[in-house]
Amino acid sequence: MINQYPLWKYIMVILVVAVCALYASPNLYGEDPAVQVSAGRNAEVNTQTLEQVQQTLQQQNIDAKGVALEEQQILVRLNSDDAQLPTREALERALGDDYVVALNLAPATPDWLESLGAGPMKLGLDLRGGVHFLMEVDMSAALGRALENLEEDFRTSLREERLRYRRVELVENGLEVQFRDAETLEQAVSFLEEKNPQLRIVEGDELTIKATLTEQRLKEIREYALKQNITIMRNRVNQLGVAEPVIQRQGADRIVVQLPGIQDTARAKEILNATATLQFRMVDLDHDVRDAVEGRVPPGSQLLMDRNGQPQLLEKRIMLTGDHIVDANSAFDEYGRPQVSIKLDSEGGDKMSRGTKDNIGKPMATVFIEYKPTPEKDDEGKTVFEKHEEVINVATIQARLGRDFRITGLDSPQEAQNLSLLLRAGALVAPIQIVEERTIGPSLGAENINLGMQAIIWGLCLVLAFMVLYYKKFGIVANMALLVNLVMIVGVMSLIPGATLTLPGMAGIVLTVGMAVDANVLIFERIREELRDGRSPQQAIHHGYDSALSTIADANITTLIAAIILFAVGTGPIKGFSVTLAIGILTSMFTAIVGTRAIVNSVWGGKRLEKLSI
Amino acid sequence: MRLFKFENEVRFMSLRIPASILSGVLLLVSLASLAVNQLNWGLDFTGGTVIEVGYQQPAKLPDVRQHLEAEGFGNAVVQHFGSSQDVIIRLAPRDDIKAAQLSEMVLDALKAGNTEVEMRRVEFVGPQVGQELTEQGGLAMLVALICILLYVAMRFEWRFALGSVAALIHDVIITLGLFSVLQLEFDLTVLAAVLAVIGYSLNDTIVVMDRIRENFRKLRKGGPEEVINVSLTQTFNRTMVTSITTVLVLLALFFKGGALIHGFATALLFGVIVGTYSSIYVSSSVALALGISKEDLIPPQVEKEGADQDPMV
Repeated sequence: MINQYPLWKYIMVILVVAVCALYASPNLYGEDPAVQVSAGRNAEVNTQTLEQVQQTLQQQNIDAKGVALEEQQILVRLNSDDAQLPTREALERALGDDYVVALNLAPATPDWLESLGAGPMKLGLDLRGGVHFLMEVDMSAALGRALENLEEDFRTSLREERLRYRRVELVENGLEVQFRDAETLEQAVSFLEEKNPQLRIVEGDELTIKATLTEQRLKEIREYALKQNITIMRNRVNQLGVAEPVIQRQGADRIVVQLPGIQDTARAKEILNATATLQFRMVDLDHDVRDAVEGRVPPGSQLLMDRNGQPQLLEKRIMLTGDHIVDANSAFDEYGRPQVSIKLDSEGGDKMSRGTKDNIGKPMATVFIEYKPTPEKDDEGKTVFEKHEEVINVATIQARLGRDFRITGLDSPQEAQNLSLLLRAGALVAPIQIVEERTIGPSLGAENINLGMQAIIWGLCLVLAFMVLYYKKFGIVANMALLVNLVMIVGVMSLIPGATLTLPGMAGIVLTVGMAVDANVLIFERIREELRDGRSPQQAIHHGYDSALSTIADANITTLIAAIILFAVGTGPIKGFSVTLAIGILTSMFTAIVGTRAIVNSVWGGKRLEKLSI
Repeated sequence: MRLFKFENEVRFMSLRIPASILSGVLLLVSLASLAVNQLNWGLDFTGGTVIEVGYQQPAKLPDVRQHLEAEGFGNAVVQHFGSSQDVIIRLAPRDDIKAAQLSEMVLDALKAGNTEVEMRRVEFVGPQVGQELTEQGGLAMLVALICILLYVAMRFEWRFALGSVAALIHDVIITLGLFSVLQLEFDLTVLAAVLAVIGYSLNDTIVVMDRIRENFRKLRKGGPEEVINVSLTQTFNRTMVTSITTVLVLLALFFKGGALIHGFATALLFGVIVGTYSSIYVSSSVALALGISKEDLIPPQVEKEGADQDPMV
């Protein structure tokens, strides 16, 4: 008998469809208004915090739908939008600054589904509202800083090795060192080469050598700058209290930051865009500040102004930069004076310990450096940044410092607080610039979903009607496949972690609805042809499906190639579109070939047929 | 029900000279327009700022322009968008103001005149990003075409590959031409649509070519032209039905999908129609002109493997 599927094939089809339907189902449940509590820099979210949250809710008589601790976050589900703001305020007051309390919309997926790993599709910002920033890290500044550090390193190590040099200066992409005699030069070259394997050292005219960074090292510097900036962005976004932010690297020097639900873009930008860094440097006590003010600045020093406009003469050598700071807190010392306690990473601790060993009792300055964009552009059309340096604090070193130390001598608790905040916010290794910004209002996001759904429903109804009119009973079969296909797309989209539904993605689904019937059209037209050629209905079905198969495969594989390339090369909306298109092609192939065949076989297969309703 | 009932094969290829002339004219017009008018590049490609705001009452554009001008945004393009309450403002990239602050300045300017204004959407794209996108979009299309060319050449035959790629380029250029002639805004979603047109047109072309290949092997008599005519006749109903269903949903998208998706729907609607035409005329004409013959497609027996066994599905 032809046109009969073995039982396992029916079971497989039903199973695949059921699994997809299961994973698509969370999308039906909607979302609960919620408040999310996550940890700040010094805190941890644990069962204790959970208890504290529950107590607070009880005290405030807030009726929560559920309170759960998952993945270092506490999610308080509420019954209405109105309860969100008071709950957040109450929790913020109870938990203090160490926690980030944010408004959120939590999917109302039932627990048993969630335990299977099911959740609704993620919606892109264009569908739920929020801000998208694309930021570019100024790599030339990162390289410049690396070279400045290297310059300092050269000076110190050459001095320590007693290799006398005339001058060390920054040149394009490297350093130039001039020596007094050829012998020292030789020694210095071998010494420096051994000490800095990441440098390429070439000898030049007039007893000079030029040291440039190798490609490998340049790449490392860029990578480091990007990674460090991403970490800092994450900390800053945390301060904003956003639920489910996205902070991702894009390409060689860009960072994507997405803040769903954020409306106050001005504040977001202010916090994200603040490009500041800190340096600890010794005050130059060997020279007179007044001389320097008059223009006689010694070569190893630099004249900077402090916040009160007073000149300070500092050594150029940087003892420590802000990137080594792990944590900073303002407090009061035993005499009630404001202080900032700082914690460094181990590398920073080593540097600090070495730097302060011989400098006890001497003043050390904290320099705040900010890169501000200027109206000018460089040759490549990129914004030129201007460096502003300011001494924010001069403190006396009390003892040899290690990983933990305190800065005292601050004027007021307020100043201590500001300083600790700046230190904690982290230092950006290189300035960043917002190169793209997209804000979608929440009402527009909802409208986009609404319109997209309407378009899908209208398109679907039109196609369903057309197919029934045109292919009668077989049209109904194709329509069932089409509906199952939609469910499967939604199921697969919900299942794939990285897939996000966007407006172009919805358009992709609409297009799939139109094109998904194509495979069935091919099959049905073949069956009609076979019938016209005088075959029996059973034979026609059999040959129709058979001969259409390679056509469908070829046509869909080529389209799939196009979709995959779009995904690989494209960005943003193109990616969103290609994901739904590719998923749609795969699911429509399955439903149109295997799915409809299963139905056709179970309805018509194995019987004596006089006529087909096609 | 059947859309077309053909008793004998339709002699599609007898019209291939007029069809070539039509395609040639359309291509020339498109290319000329692309050269002269160019495309009305959207924000994604040019960089700049687009701000969409919603008013409670129908907005008076001259008032909006006046408020903007008072704040120094004299060069802003102000238009209604979708309805009379929604207004879209476009600003070219500016050097003197930090772009990130621009949107706030514009919103403040608007609020000064009317407090009941709601920010709906702000998009700012830096000029370099736009330029990169243009390059990337072009690259995406090129890579896609090359891969398709390779696949079709491998699976079918190089004349078919060239024919299908010619049809794709034909469709893309004419769709771009339409956007250029009508000066419709060409943004990223439209680019996605053009790429989808490639997908659709390809799908259509492959179906036709697959049938041509099959008929070359099956039919014992008849020259290439006749085989192509028979194949086109056989696939014509399916070509039309698929086009109709696709156009139906695209019409739904065009009328119901909202203003943001309008360009996307327009490009696809037009592209699907052109793609349907090109799968009938362009790809087969090119393959025919390149001298496709029975011998090119008869051999490899490997292709037939498993044909006499029970099908897998």
